Amino acid sequence: MTDSPAPSSPKQQPAPSVPARGPAEGGPRRHWSLLGSVVGPFLALIAVVGLFGAADSMQGEGGTFLTVRNLQALSVQTAPVAVAALGMTVIIIAGGIDLSAGTAMALCATVLAWSLKEDVALVIRTGGNVQSAAVDVKEAEDRLTEIDRNLSAADRQLESSGLPAPRRERLQNRRTSLQKEQQELQTALPVLQQRLSSMEQQSATWTRFTPAVAVVLAVATGCLCGLLNGVIISALQVVPFIVTLGTMTFYLGLAKMLAEETTVRPDRATQVPDWLTDFLSIRSHAQIGGFPLGVWLAILLALLLAVVLRYSVFSRHVFALGSSEATARLCGINVARNKAAVYALGGLFIGIGGLYQFARLSVGEPTAGIGLELRVIAAVVIGGGSLSGGRGSVPGTLAGAAVMAVIASGCTQLGLRNPVQDIVLGDIIVAAVTVDQIRQRRLAAG
Amino acid sequence: MTSPSPAAKTSAGGQPATGQEPAALLDMYRITKRFGATVALDEVSLQVDEGSVLALIGENGAGKSTLMKVLSGAHQPDSGSMRLDGQPYAPAGPHEARLAGAGMIYQELNLAPDLSVEDNIMLGQEQSRWGLLSRRAQRQAVTAALDQLGHRDLRPAAIVRTLPVGLQQLVEIARSLVNQARVLVFDEPTSSLTRHDTLHLFEVIRRLRDQGLGIIYISHYLEEIREVCDRYAVLRDGRSVGSGSLSGVSEEQLVSLMVGRSIDELFPQVPHEPGEVLLRVSSLTRRPLPTDVSFEVRRGEIFGIAGLVGAGRTELLRALFGLDAVERGTVEVAGQPTAASPAARIRAGLGFVSEDRKSEGLALTRSIADNLTLSRLSACSRLGFLSLNRQRQAVDHWMQRMQVRAAGQSQPVGELSGGNQQKVAIARVLYQHASILLLDEPTRGIDVGTKAEIYRLMGELARDGHAVIFVSSYLTELLAVCDRIAVMSRGRLRAVRNAADWTSEDIMSIAVAGDEGTADEGTNAGPPPASPAPTGHP
Repeated sequence: MTDSPAPSSPKQQPAPSVPARGPAEGGPRRHWSLLGSVVGPFLALIAVVGLFGAADSMQGEGGTFLTVRNLQALSVQTAPVAVAALGMTVIIIAGGIDLSAGTAMALCATVLAWSLKEDVALVIRTGGNVQSAAVDVKEAEDRLTEIDRNLSAADRQLESSGLPAPRRERLQNRRTSLQKEQQELQTALPVLQQRLSSMEQQSATWTRFTPAVAVVLAVATGCLCGLLNGVIISALQVVPFIVTLGTMTFYLGLAKMLAEETTVRPDRATQVPDWLTDFLSIRSHAQIGGFPLGVWLAILLALLLAVVLRYSVFSRHVFALGSSEATARLCGINVARNKAAVYALGGLFIGIGGLYQFARLSVGEPTAGIGLELRVIAAVVIGGGSLSGGRGSVPGTLAGAAVMAVIASGCTQLGLRNPVQDIVLGDIIVAAVTVDQIRQRRLAAG
Repeated sequence: MTSPSPAAKTSAGGQPATGQEPAALLDMYRITKRFGATVALDEVSLQVDEGSVLALIGENGAGKSTLMKVLSGAHQPDSGSMRLDGQPYAPAGPHEARLAGAGMIYQELNLAPDLSVEDNIMLGQEQSRWGLLSRRAQRQAVTAALDQLGHRDLRPAAIVRTLPVGLQQLVEIARSLVNQARVLVFDEPTSSLTRHDTLHLFEVIRRLRDQGLGIIYISHYLEEIREVCDRYAVLRDGRSVGSGSLSGVSEEQLVSLMVGRSIDELFPQVPHEPGEVLLRVSSLTRRPLPTDVSFEVRRGEIFGIAGLVGAGRTELLRALFGLDAVERGTVEVAGQPTAASPAARIRAGLGFVSEDRKSEGLALTRSIADNLTLSRLSACSRLGFLSLNRQRQAVDHWMQRMQVRAAGQSQPVGELSGGNQQKVAIARVLYQHASILLLDEPTRGIDVGTKAEIYRLMGELARDGHAVIFVSSYLTELLAVCDRIAVMSRGRLRAVRNAADWTSEDIMSIAVAGDEGTADEGTNAGPPPASPAPTGHP
């Protein structure tokens, strides 16, 4: 830029070259930057929607991008990442990061699947479930038939003459021990059978609580994962990046262990409740007011979090923590406790995100979360969150998540291959971070 | 957009308009520079003649550094023009400026310590042919430059790290000379030099002056300026407020030019009377600093702590506030012991204003409202949720009380000027109802008007029964504002006296003294023995 800043008409360009507004600091430019930080992500969203819409409609007959059905599909695709990103927003505002979000979410989904499969409500109530009780009865019965067979075989041998004395004696001993076992089993079997029938009876009362308990367990798992991150970060004073890099693998291991290194498949017909099957379904019977339950829940959560971020004392502490931890400490804010709370809150959303993941996959897949954390973080960053902390917003994050979903589905509709999606998404993330940096620098210069 | 246009300056293009007959070597003409809404330089003009040394003086934040950054091409002026040696001069960057003949010697040296003297001097301007260094040409240039400085003895092959600071500075100067510098700027060049090296530097400067260079010399030390400079130019709040020959002005005149008001205006006195002991600190110790510090401060008393940087004053305040864990020692407020955490100390009535306003004192990206209320959000919230209305009212009140100038209370603190930032930081402490204020260099880097406001505020707070602990490196303000002053050195509180009984020489001699030697001053500086009520200010 050379000198001579266009002196003639000051009305021409309101924003960039502030026409000396005297002492009142921060003139029009401030409003622009403020507006930009809020509206920016939405402009990006509108831009990508418009872009793909236009490109799509030019294709052949009409195009299907800007249809209600596709909008529903988009919202369904957005919701899972968005929910996890809501929690990540809080973490990033507080100046942290959670790389374990993806695997923790898969852990939660696995816990949910496992809980459904194992009928946890009954397990908690009675210490077992119908399935395992039935297995016990079956095993006992099988063993009895086997013993019967063995006994009659032994009897036959004993009756036949010419058996050497030691052998006969051994056979005798074996026979008595088998008889003993038979007696024991015969007394035990009715008990087991009774247990099974009582279990079946109890199941009628308790199994219907299983989905609720399973959801609670999954969400609690998320909270615990987050809390663990937070406690380690504040107690050991290690940077969050490293801590969560570690727990990322740790949670993956836990999930694999719970799933016994396979996929946990609860029975869709009997064990997975309908509302969970329909949670993110775009089939018409699953819609309430145009969207499935999962989308509404995501909207509700976003509203709640937005209110918390605007009106709660906690949020002021979080923002302060992210803007300047030293300042927060100076103001008597308990930094360690607040950090733990921030990560636990992030974990809450991850737990709920686990619910979404399970609803989409309908199985518990321990490895399904690998790489997901980056999409979650990208949603926050595209939405105007700053990785150096202190900045981020709920509407922005939602827009960020939507941008990613739009790109993914738009590229698919245009028939662009997967690599292209990745390249476009990558560019947008870099652009978002660049905008953040510029904003940061401008503030530092002022 | 109805800007009331005091900015109806049609001069934006900047006419050279050098009416004077003997064209100055460097002519900076009506330079204006803004950062966002802050006007750092407001039509500043400056001339340097051939063969003269100009003292550029002003308080912190007056715009000296910005002006020199414009000269060195690091900043581009928003308007105004420059001429160097009669030619229009508008460097696009530092490199271009150097080539045009403007050299800068900064307070902190910009040297690659592991390279030789020669390599450092030629760094970025290597003489080469086909990409290969031309050693001989380089050596010639270096020797010529060292010659010009009168330092033929400096070995070009010597590694810079091994040289004393004084000689390292010569390397820096020689670097500019290689470029045929016409104007040299020395920005606080003596702050890390011994007296011996300083004298040496002055010789070099005079030598360069006699060779016809124009020199701009920036320093806080007015005595030094008299030793080496011919003329002066004073900046205040980004404007030129005076210039002329040094021979005709007194030091007082220079100070009042810099400050823009008389000493009495600068240090407004508010009568106040010390009352009962409010804060009692007993043998506070933390490794490595501070060591075994004990003192008492009364209600209505301003207690100053002097000392060199690194003496442990900040560490003392941090320990006092519970920010850093202490090894031993207690802090009693009004006779009650207090737990060692910031939250507990805030509850006990302590408030800390950090010296590091930008990274610790304030959360720059947050609004004024949030920063101001951050330490006592409970007052404007219920069940964990804020009443934004109540917060707004409280913030309004305090912004008015402290006369914070801002676009509104939702403006990020980072956009405010230093003085207004400091007002917000202090307002927070008052908002949290602190009765004992720990102010760590509260006037550093802020304008004189705000300084005076802060001095007055301290007096008013003392009058209203607060206890104020005032840490500063600026002895003049300590002596003018405090009731009692303690001197710290190497982590210990060495001596406490009534302000009236101190002179700056006394303070300095204790501040620089080592571990022993001042034992007779009473290492455990308790409260003043006989008459605990210092005379205050008559």
